[in-house]
Amino acid sequence: MAGKLAQLRSVDPSQYIVYVGFVLILIGFSIVLRDDGFLTTRNLLNIVQQTTPVTIMAVGMVFVLTAGEIDLSIGPIVAVSALLASLVLRESFWPLGAAVGLLAGAAIGAVNGVLVAYVRLPSFLVTLATMGFLSGVARWITDLQSVPITNDTFNAIFGAGSLFGVPSLLIWTVAIVLVGHFFYHETRYGAHVHAIGDSAHSARAVGIKVDRVRFSVMVLSGVAAGLAGLLYAGRLHGARYTLGETDLLTVIAAVIVGGTRLNGGVGTIFGALIGSLLMGLLNNGLILMGLSVSEQLMVRGLIILAAIALTLREARR
Amino acid sequence: MSAAAAVPASAPPVLGLHNIRKEFGGVVAIEDFSLDVRAGEVVALVGDNGAGKSTLIKIICGVYPPTAGRILIDGGDVRFSDPSESQARGIQVVYQDLALAERQPVYMNLFLGREATTGPFRRLDRKRMIRESEELVHGLDVRIPSARSTIRDLSGGQRQGVAIARATHWASKLVLMDEPTAALGVAETQKVEKIIRGLRERNLAVLVISHSLDQVFRISDRICVLRRGVQVGVRNTRETTNNEIVSMITGLQ
Ligand SMILES: Nc1ncnc2c1ncn2[C@@H]1O[C@H](COP(=O)(O)OP(=O)(O)OP(=O)(O)O)[C@@H](O)[C@H]1O
Ligand SMILES: [Mg+2]
Repeated sequence: MAGKLAQLRSVDPSQYIVYVGFVLILIGFSIVLRDDGFLTTRNLLNIVQQTTPVTIMAVGMVFVLTAGEIDLSIGPIVAVSALLASLVLRESFWPLGAAVGLLAGAAIGAVNGVLVAYVRLPSFLVTLATMGFLSGVARWITDLQSVPITNDTFNAIFGAGSLFGVPSLLIWTVAIVLVGHFFYHETRYGAHVHAIGDSAHSARAVGIKVDRVRFSVMVLSGVAAGLAGLLYAGRLHGARYTLGETDLLTVIAAVIVGGTRLNGGVGTIFGALIGSLLMGLLNNGLILMGLSVSEQLMVRGLIILAAIALTLREARR
Repeated sequence: MSAAAAVPASAPPVLGLHNIRKEFGGVVAIEDFSLDVRAGEVVALVGDNGAGKSTLIKIICGVYPPTAGRILIDGGDVRFSDPSESQARGIQVVYQDLALAERQPVYMNLFLGREATTGPFRRLDRKRMIRESEELVHGLDVRIPSARSTIRDLSGGQRQGVAIARATHWASKLVLMDEPTAALGVAETQKVEKIIRGLRERNLAVLVISHSLDQVFRISDRICVLRRGVQVGVRNTRETTNNEIVSMITGLQ
């Protein structure tokens, strides 16, 4: 008995617990909500589509956390890039609007990256400050007004459109997760991201350009948040300063529950996807159960806490 | 990796250090250090704790810039601004703290910074890295469970074995070793000493730090003594005695 227990303990639970949790919660809601249309293709597809922006930011966040950094500024990056894109779309054709949204994310990420990698300030404080600054910018750009988007092509590509019958948000999710997985797990770049988060000092000693990799993950996260902004704008046919406001907690919870370590060097992209779907599932199920918004927030907070506690047990080994 | 052709006696030393000085914010760690290390030669660097031995190695490989002095590789002045530049010249280091990425597998550590890749996206060739790691580790007699084991699941000695395997594999000119046998058992220490002799046979230059004078006398051609940042002398190993080295280290007669 004791031997079995020790054997069980030696398995790293953080890597698979998200899958177990996902299945358990799926089964739980399927039973409780069997008469409320929870377990329908339409509802499940809906969940995937609603979580697309969070999933994409989670992919970026896996790179950032693995590199031993954090990006707290993703929420307002979403709003700023969505607003800038929609302003451009009033005057111009859709590729320019999309490019502006992505470039805004990249530029903000680059500012974060310079401050973290080259000025060598802690990313926690840098992005805390940019988060505050950008929330102001998001309110200031349009003076709290929302901006509608009437460009149908943009709204189709980044929102409710589909290609060969496959919803475009689903395509975005699959594409970004696969590309992210490839670069994270399969390439030399990904190996260096792991190495600098594991031990920046050792990485430098073997000749890895630590500063450059650090800078790049901050830019990557900025671009991911910029893309998330476009996807929100496309789905809602417009932008508003509140976009992305509450996503930071969801993204970090999704990533950590998915098996990525807060202190660097270890992570998984597929885990982050499942973590993100799990958050979407919770949201959806709690709404269908008829919980009030305040009840939803409390239940979600408790579940996230439980999940993180389970996941991080390994860290104290 | 083939042994270099015999170097004529007149060839410049692989490593030349001239009047190296290092201050850390006003505190002098190294004061006026000079030493040559030739190809096919093992020089031992000895001295008490805090004498400046590790600092010297970090200056040579580019972790720290010297405050003053010249570093020559093959007779030419160099100024490495980070370790990747010294690596490019065939210099490898076994750091005192080993410089391993603890949560990554052994094979990634052996290839860290010079991963085997294929294709335009520099896709990792894991199969090849694992295969070569297994050969390498096996060839050096480092006993680890597998090339896929995570570093932090290894013992201190096994970790040291990985760090030594990495340095000796990639070096083509000079190996700097900072207490490479500090965590090793008797048998493993003998293996590392054999590895060092192998490096000499490959005509590499070796600078090795050790606190074990017995070991120093077994493996080195020359012994350089550092006391509180000052180079107090270099002796041919065959022409000196344990007592002389001890009194040089401590400064007592
Ligand atoms: N980064 C640093 N900043 C300030 N002082 C340093 C730094 N690195 C080393 N020193 C100082 O320089 C001196 C030499 O240190 P060093 O690590 O080179 O000693 P060592 O000879 O390797 O000792 P040991 O045998 O204990 O490893 C010490 O007084 C140390 O405190
Ligand atoms: Mg030392």
